Parts: sequence; C-alpha cells; structure tokens
Amino acid sequence: MKVAGYEIPPVFSLLIWIGLWEVAGRMDLAFILPPFSSVLGELTTLIVRHDFLAAAWQTFQAFAIGMFFAITGGIALGFIMGTNKTANSILGMWVNIFASAPLSSVVPVLMLLFGLGQLTVVVIVVLFSIWIIALDTYAGVHHTSNSLKEMGRSFGANKTQLLFKILFWAALPEILAGVRLGLIRAVKGIVIGQLLLSVVALGRMFRTFSDNFQFEEFWALTLILFVFALLFSTLIGRLESKVEYYAGTRD
Amino acid sequence: MNKAIHMSLPDATTPTDPSANIVSVRGITKFYGSDVHALEDVNLDFPTGQMTTLLGPSGCGKTTLLKIIAGLLETTSGEVMVKGKAVTSPGPERAFVFQDFALLPWATVTRNVAFGLELTGVPLKEREAKAKSYIDKVGLSGFEDKYPHELSGGVRQRVGLARALAVDADVLLMDEPFSAVDEQNRRKFQEDLLHLLSVENKTVIFVTHSIEEAVYVSDQIVLLSPRPGRIHSIIRPELDRSSSPDDIRRDKVYLDTVEEIWGNIREYLD
Amino acid sequence: MTTTTSPGVVSAESSEGTAGLKLSGLQLRLISIVGFFLAWEISGHVPISPAFPTFSGTMMAMFEMIFDGSLFLAYFETLKPLLLGVGISAFFGVTIGVSMGLNKKSRWLWEPIFVVLQASPVAALIPLITYAYGIGITAKTVAVIILASPIIVLNTYKAVGNASPVLVQMSRAFQGTRMQEIWKVIIPNAAPVIFAGLRLGVAAGFIGVILAELLITPTGIGDIISYNRSIAKYPHMYAAVLSIIVFSAVMVGMLEKAEVKYFRPEKKRGQ
Ligand SMILES: Nc1ncnc2c1ncn2[C@@H]1O[C@H](COP(=O)(O)OP(=O)(O)O)[C@@H](O)[C@H]1O
Ligand SMILES: [Mg+2]
Repeated sequence: MKVAGYEIPPVFSLLIWIGLWEVAGRMDLAFILPPFSSVLGELTTLIVRHDFLAAAWQTFQAFAIGMFFAITGGIALGFIMGTNKTANSILGMWVNIFASAPLSSVVPVLMLLFGLGQLTVVVIVVLFSIWIIALDTYAGVHHTSNSLKEMGRSFGANKTQLLFKILFWAALPEILAGVRLGLIRAVKGIVIGQLLLSVVALGRMFRTFSDNFQFEEFWALTLILFVFALLFSTLIGRLESKVEYYAGTRD
Repeated sequence: MNKAIHMSLPDATTPTDPSANIVSVRGITKFYGSDVHALEDVNLDFPTGQMTTLLGPSGCGKTTLLKIIAGLLETTSGEVMVKGKAVTSPGPERAFVFQDFALLPWATVTRNVAFGLELTGVPLKEREAKAKSYIDKVGLSGFEDKYPHELSGGVRQRVGLARALAVDADVLLMDEPFSAVDEQNRRKFQEDLLHLLSVENKTVIFVTHSIEEAVYVSDQIVLLSPRPGRIHSIIRPELDRSSSPDDIRRDKVYLDTVEEIWGNIREYLD
Repeated sequence: MTTTTSPGVVSAESSEGTAGLKLSGLQLRLISIVGFFLAWEISGHVPISPAFPTFSGTMMAMFEMIFDGSLFLAYFETLKPLLLGVGISAFFGVTIGVSMGLNKKSRWLWEPIFVVLQASPVAALIPLITYAYGIGITAKTVAVIILASPIIVLNTYKAVGNASPVLVQMSRAFQGTRMQEIWKVIIPNAAPVIFAGLRLGVAAGFIGVILAELLITPTGIGDIISYNRSIAKYPHMYAAVLSIIVFSAVMVGMLEKAEVKYFRPEKKRGQ
C-alpha cells in the first residue's frame, strides 16, 4: 500500500491490529482483553521469571527431542513411500488419515499410556508433525523427474548414490516445506498437549493464569509463543527460499 | 535469383488504406519495466484476407507484438489500428490462439470451444450449436465431451483454433500455435489450417520461429531482428498454392526462400 | 500437461496401483487395515498397559454406545458447533481470501495478521474463550473459528493470487469482463487449492472442537472421552477416539468427492 508516495510494507498493517487491540483493551470492551501495552509490560517481567524460564526450557527440550524423531522418521517414511509402490499403497492411507485426524482427541489416550510428564509431550510433538513431513517428502520424491533418475542410473549410480546424491537433493525443497509445516504443527501440538496435561511446564502456567484471572500474564505468555512460532517458521522459510531457485527449474 | 519479392518498409507517416489493410501498427515501441527493450519503432501493415507471419529467433519480441495487436499488452509508444480505428483493448474483430492453448482444464471440449461466445453472452443452445459446427470443421468430431488433459497437444490446439474461429472475428492472431505439436501432426495441421482459412476468409497474423513453416503458410513474412525487435525485412514468397502440399515443399521458390531467410538470420546471429 | 496440473496441491495418493499378478492398492489397504486391528487385538491381550483395551473390547463398547444412542447424541453435540464454525470460517475465510487475491489493499491489511495466526498456536486462547462466551455452543464455535479460518483464508488467497496468467489473458482476449474473469476463470481455477484449504480447515476445526470439549465444556465426544477415562471404562474411551478419527477421515474424504463432483468434473475420469 502507498501513502503519500511511500510504499508501506505489509507487516505494518499489524500495527493497525495492535492499535485496535490497545483501544479495545483501554475501552474495557472485554475483560479478558487487557490493553496491548500492559501485556507488553507484563511480558518483560515474565520472561525473566524463574518458573517461566524453567517451563520454557522444559518445553523446548520436549520440542527438540520430538522434532528430531519427527524429522528423521518423517523423511524416512516419505522416502519409503516415494520409492516403493507397495509401501505407498499401505502407508499412504494411514499417513493421510493421521495428517488430518483430530489429534487432540488422542492426547487423553497418550496421557493414559505415557503418563502426565515429558514423555507424553514428546510423543505429542512427534504425532502432530511427522505425517506432514512424510507427505511432503513423498511429494518431493514422487515428483522428481524420471529423466533425473535415469540420468543417475545411466551414469552408473547405485541405489545408495541415487538416494543420497539425486533423490534427496531433488526433494529438498519439499522436504524443507514439510519440516516448516511440521514445526508449526508441533508448536500447536505442544500447546494443546500442555493445556490438556495442565500439570507440566507452560500448560501449568496457562492453567494458573487463567484460573486466577491473570489475563495480562496469560496474553503475555501467548504472545511469547506466537513470536517463537513465527521466528521458527521464518527461519525455515529462509532456508527454503535458498533452495527454491532450483526447485523452480524443475518440471 | 528467386521470385520472392521484397517490399519497402511502410512509411510511418503515410495513412494506410483501411480497406486494403485491416490491421496496421504505427511506431510501436515496447519496454518491459525500464530496461527490457522488447520492440523498437515497428511499422507494419497486414493486408485483408492474407496470412502474415512474424518470424524471428526466440526472445525477439514476436509474442509481445502479437499481444499488443490483440490489446492484451499496452505499448510504450505507438498505436494499433484495426479497420482504421486505433485500439488499446481486445475487441470482437480479433481472436487469439495461444501458444500453450489456454484451455480451461475443468471444461469439456464443447464448453472450451464455446467459451468466447459464453463470455459475450450468446445463449447456451445457440453457442453449443455453433461450437459443434466448428468442432467438426477442425476435425474434432467425437471429442466433444473430452477434457483437455485427455487430449494430445495437437488436438488441444485444434480446440484453441475452433474457439477462435467460433467468435467469428475477422483477424486471427496465432502465437506459435504448432510449437507443442509433434512434427507429423504439425504438417497435417498446417495443411488443414490453410484449407480452413481459404474457406473462412480470415486475415491471419501468425507467429513462428520455424522458417519452413513461415514460408509454407504465409503470403507475407516479416523478419524481426532480436533485442530490441525491429523489422529486418519483409518477404512475400510467391508460391503456387494450387499444387499439392508435397509439391510445394519441393518447389524451387519454396526452397530458395527458406535459404534466403536463413541467410538473413545467420547474418545477425553472428 | 502444462494446462491441467493444478498448482500447489499436494495429493498424496497414487492410484496407479500395481497391475498384473500383484495385489491391487485397494487389497493392500484392506490387508493393512486388518493387520492393524489384529496387532491392536494382540497387544490388548498381552497387555501392554492396563489402560490399553483390546480391539474387540473397543468394538463392543462402540456398538454398545451406538445402540444406546449415546454416540449419536454426542456427535450431534460435537457437530453442531463444528459445522457452524466451519461454515462461518468458510464463508468469511473464502471471501477475505478472494479479496486478498484480487486486491492489493486487502492483501496489505489481512495477509500479515493471518500469517501470524496460521503460524501461531492460537489454541492457547481457548481457555480464555470460556470467560468470554461461557461453556455453551458459542464458546465451541469460536474455538472452531479461530483454528479453522487462518488456513482457509491463506489457501484461498494463494490460489486466487496465483491464478494462471494464461487463462486470465485468454478471458480478456475473448472480451471477458472482470466479473466473468473472476467467476468463470479465476475461482474455478483456484477451486482445488481452496478446497484443500477447506479440508485443512475442517481438520483444524475438529481439533479445536474436541479440545474445547476436553478443556472447557464437557459435552459431546470430548465428554465421552474424558468421562470414560475418569471412570476407567477404557474400551469406551478408545471407541470414542477411534470413531472420531474415522469420522473426520470420512468427512474430509466426502469434501474431496464434493469438490470433484461440482468443481472439477475432469478429475472424475482418472488420469
Ligand atoms: N512480462 C515480461 N517482463 C519482462 N520481460 C519480458 C516480459 N515478457 C517478455 N519479456 C522479454 O521481452 C523479450 C521479447 O519477448 P517475447 O515477445 O516473448 O519474444 P518471442 O515471443 O519472440 O520469443 C524477451 O527478451 C523477453 O525476455
Ligand atoms: Mg513467444
């Protein structure tokens, strides 16, 4: 958009929304919505609190461990599906079902099987993110042009070389897209999981804040999560655009 | 010596006779953004009822010129006259055949052929009847209910041609219509096209980068030089079109004209 | 195939199948389903956990809940806010998304906020909804909307914004008006991606409604899950979870069918 001849980048429209939030908060339109400025004030005290840092660290650990398994497992699954038709017929259906299943309903089951601790959170992270990574990897491998594979074979590449020197790189843009989507889903999953568990890490804090009507704190915590999620997906997005240039030249 | 006749370039100032030339372009210059100079001062006349080919290597501005004539692109300067009137947007006198077909993937052959009529508000029954008659004329009988992805490149382009014919425009603008058609079908298609045009009495502006194709189909060939596109020369191959297609392709005039154009192009490729 | 591939849609199924002596894709799938349930049955008998019922026990519980009608009542409770929420999200989401795809100012205003909402765990806000809307159907509907609408908006926007320039030019060349261009070319062209967004929206809405039922308003399927968990009737709990997963898969599949039927007739005959 242009104002007085200057091009204003779209991010600035967020300021309008934040402004609306501030006004709505000041006018006491809804008691659950404190003004943005006071949320921001609360945020600065929150991020140095020990219980927050401990909860954040615990959450991050579960996130990192879960993502490790989801990424390795998802990519492997995608490659198996992309290179083997039988495996694809069998696995494709399950992966598709779980990718769009209402996984929040599975969380209570996981709580029964894996307890109310960190392990459940890790499993939730894996469960929320692995399927989309597998699907995107599959799409990347499946759409790799035949002539590229044939080129490899005609120059005498063996199966392993074909996999690591051609297929992986050809599918990389889709894999990264899958990882980015997987990360986003994992962050959502971890929040859903912790809300339902309500006794660990950030979930406990959310519970305390909402039970005690501490809405500033509640929003501050939410805001931190939002920023974290955005940061992560932007980072992967950057990486993606680096490999995109050759993705564009494929058929 | 061959019998191809070279004409002098039309003068930018002389008014053209609209009854002789249905389309004229005057002083067309086109920049994409500020640094891609696609066309430089192009002046051309397109005689009514004749087939004019724009010929030149890839990237020399053929598509740009054709889309400007179609009213799909704006000029940086200069104007396009159709039937003596300046035009800047698409109109009912011109119909376009696209290089990559531009068929609606979700529509059947019949609806695709009738799409131009649909946009101008012709009632369903009437436009389907008209579509049917052109489907038959371009040799697509039996394909009416197929979808584009079920057709080969050559057949898809016949759909594109039928769609352009169905709107009854006087001028057909064809952008490399055969580039995605394989060689055997391309020859057949060229012959069918010439036959169809002799019946339909259309003016055709045809873009190609194939010298043989240009010489085979055209009354007038406009050779464009690359970047920025300018008119290099205009050639009128005087072929005897009454003889059979195979004889034409073996004709001395045909072969000499191809050679001569190739000589010209080699000049500026070096 | 340049004109027929729809952009950006990741369809993961491959229906080519393996011809000849080998098993068909459908047979393989059936076998894998049977295998899955068999493995479940066996691990239920081992048992791997006291809270892990057998498949047969779960099915018994499922039939019990079907015949006493409690499952239907629960689905009725869950589907009301889900359909309402998805309907509202679809209507406003597609409208906003289309306007973003066609209009720069609209894009400037909406794109960043929806990108933020899409990337963020908005589920965190669900506990707050109770304070604003109580524990009735409104709260659940709002939960569905905040989870479902961002993906619907963004997919629609992407699909409309990336409209095939060739087809748009074609419409102009044949003197289509802007309205015809939008309704006859851009929107049908965008339909597959819009529908992919709707499917994702339904999936997200399901997550939202179940979450709301587990977290704030003990009704519907969420209530069956948490109630049976609290009284340790695990087969019933698992039956509810299984049914909701199957149900959402079927619903998403039906959306796909509807899309092909009404918007993409050419896909009816396999490629
Ligand atoms: N939309 C565009 N933006 C910038 N440059 C363009 C655009 N379209 C074409 N060009 C450039 O203009 C020149 C002429 O293009 P075009 O008319 O398509 O050539 P031709 O059809 O003869 O191959 C080329 O160098 C091409 O790269
Ligand atoms: Mg071209």
